[in-house]
Amino acid sequence: MSGVPRVVLVDDHGLFRSGVRAELGRQVEVVGEADDVQPAIEVISSAQPDVVLLDVHLPGGGGQAVLQAIKPLYPSVRFLALSASDAPEDVIAVIRAGARGYVTKTISTAELADAIRRVAAGDAVFSHRLAGFVLDAFASGGPADPGVKPSFDPELDQLTSREREVLRLIAQGYTYKEIARELFISVKTVESHVSSVLRKLQLSSRHQLTRWAAERRLT
Amino acid sequence: MGSVEEPARWHRGDEPFGHWHRGPFWLRHRGTGGPLRRDTAERLAGGVASGLAVWRGFNITTVRIVFVLVCLIPSGFCVPLYVVAWLLIPAAGEDTSIGHRARSDSRGIALAAGLATLLAFLLFVANVVGNGWVDSYAWPQLVTVAGLVLIWRNGSPEEQATLRRLAEPLGSAPNPAARTRWSAIRLAVAGVLILGGAGWLASAHESLALLRPLGAVLLVIAGIVLVLGPWWLRIARDLSMERQAKVRAEERADISAQVHDSVLQTLALIQRRADDPQKVIQLARLQERELRSWLFEGRAPNEADEDMTLAAGVRQIQQDVEARYGVPVEAVTVGDCELDENLNGLLAAAREATVNAAKWSGASVISLFAEVEPDSVSVVVRDRGKGFVPAAVPADRKGLAESVHGRMARRGGTAEVVSGPGEGTKVTLKMPRSAADSPARRP
Repeated sequence: MSGVPRVVLVDDHGLFRSGVRAELGRQVEVVGEADDVQPAIEVISSAQPDVVLLDVHLPGGGGQAVLQAIKPLYPSVRFLALSASDAPEDVIAVIRAGARGYVTKTISTAELADAIRRVAAGDAVFSHRLAGFVLDAFASGGPADPGVKPSFDPELDQLTSREREVLRLIAQGYTYKEIARELFISVKTVESHVSSVLRKLQLSSRHQLTRWAAERRLT
Repeated sequence: MGSVEEPARWHRGDEPFGHWHRGPFWLRHRGTGGPLRRDTAERLAGGVASGLAVWRGFNITTVRIVFVLVCLIPSGFCVPLYVVAWLLIPAAGEDTSIGHRARSDSRGIALAAGLATLLAFLLFVANVVGNGWVDSYAWPQLVTVAGLVLIWRNGSPEEQATLRRLAEPLGSAPNPAARTRWSAIRLAVAGVLILGGAGWLASAHESLALLRPLGAVLLVIAGIVLVLGPWWLRIARDLSMERQAKVRAEERADISAQVHDSVLQTLALIQRRADDPQKVIQLARLQERELRSWLFEGRAPNEADEDMTLAAGVRQIQQDVEARYGVPVEAVTVGDCELDENLNGLLAAAREATVNAAKWSGASVISLFAEVEPDSVSVVVRDRGKGFVPAAVPADRKGLAESVHGRMARRGGTAEVVSGPGEGTKVTLKMPRSAADSPARRP
């Protein structure tokens, strides 16, 4: 990856796509756009971008379908999920399907550009909302569901206290730089904490995660 | 003999005193927790039994049955005790007791003393005639008679009506003017006759002679209680008055915080938006609605509905602040739980901090983070606005000092404000969860 990241926008709202394209300007290079699952898979396959800005809600199956189709074929393509609504089960589903991050559409342009760069560099990007979801999902729950076999690595089922701290600050709207200053650690360390949380989120078979998301749907 | 089955009674009028349940165990009341007051609403006679029942959380019928049973003890000190209690315990909603008012009623005192002397004389005569049987039961009734006279002269109109109602079966003359004198005479005669009859009965039965020493002991106890009782009562009442005053002061602080949060904030906004009539009208309407719901429905405008959860409360703060100030609030809640009084206070403080940020920080977005942990609930309100020097805030600025710090401190929570010019503001509120609370609920 040299210079600005190459980006594909996948969103069913044309206005939003053109808005993002205009706002991001020269900070990224938009190499393709798509408004649905099938076109998205085609565009991504041909353009092979660094980052796909993926709307969680797409008419033909949602962002998840795109992830599931692309991930096995082009593992180097990274996804940043984007949505206006914040149904936690959707967000968690997209993350567990392989997105490297999640931001809301209310994010400022500078922050979005920053998030894209971060994802392109292989880091994880958590919005404050996602951080809240993750904290909630990993909050000390009851014993493991007997029906679900535990993760091969029990470490995956819980967050370290440092990770929790970082997530809390993200949930409070801190940027990575601010978190680093607050916790007296480097930005790189913050990034690694978040990536570690992302890994746990994606790999944990923690039953709470699925059940939690399902329960959330009811409220 | 407490009635666990009557939770409704326990909570009667509970609100202002609700947080009194902390404290040394001997001051902890299972009932209202308020000072002992005669319950004029539920009373049969003076409302002493019902007042006691409400105060201690007992079943009112149980208290009455015990009263009647104790009255059957042949020394007869229970009835005068009741009358004294009637005299010395203020009625609910009043500050002074009848006894207090009676102190300035010299005619009443003279009348009571006269009547008591007359009765004493009659008893003395009866005593001589009847071989000393009367003293155990009848002498304490001198106090009863004197007390009733004072109550009758100094009680509130309703209590006078009650006395009349109680005396009605004894003195039911058709003409009210003629009735009082007649009934007084008749009452006195009837009393002497009844006491005399009972005395004859008691002296006639040898088996009852054994009870006389017991009666004498009880009489001494009754005497001590009569001498020292008012003093004990006064001490107890002073103590509860003091606590009541403290509660009142806290209530006042709550009210002023409330007014500050709603009315003053809105007025400030109206001044700032004076050039936009539409907005001013909208604000005024909003404030009117809030104030009405607070005044007439007893619901604090900034307080959540009773069945609301913390997450819903946070969401409401977010919506309200966004609607009123047009500043986006990014709210994140981790976990959830039912609200109680303390958590309502926490939410109110969080709202105040959020409103402050929306009004003064100039930040484009405010983040509101709430986390429910097993033993505490914390809320962090943060902005990247212009910030301020916390130490430089003048003492008369109510916002943070009273609404946030005061609110939290009064309920056992903590508030921490970190800010600096150009660095934004971070308000961290932490409220311990009461042990009785249900464990964290995950919706």
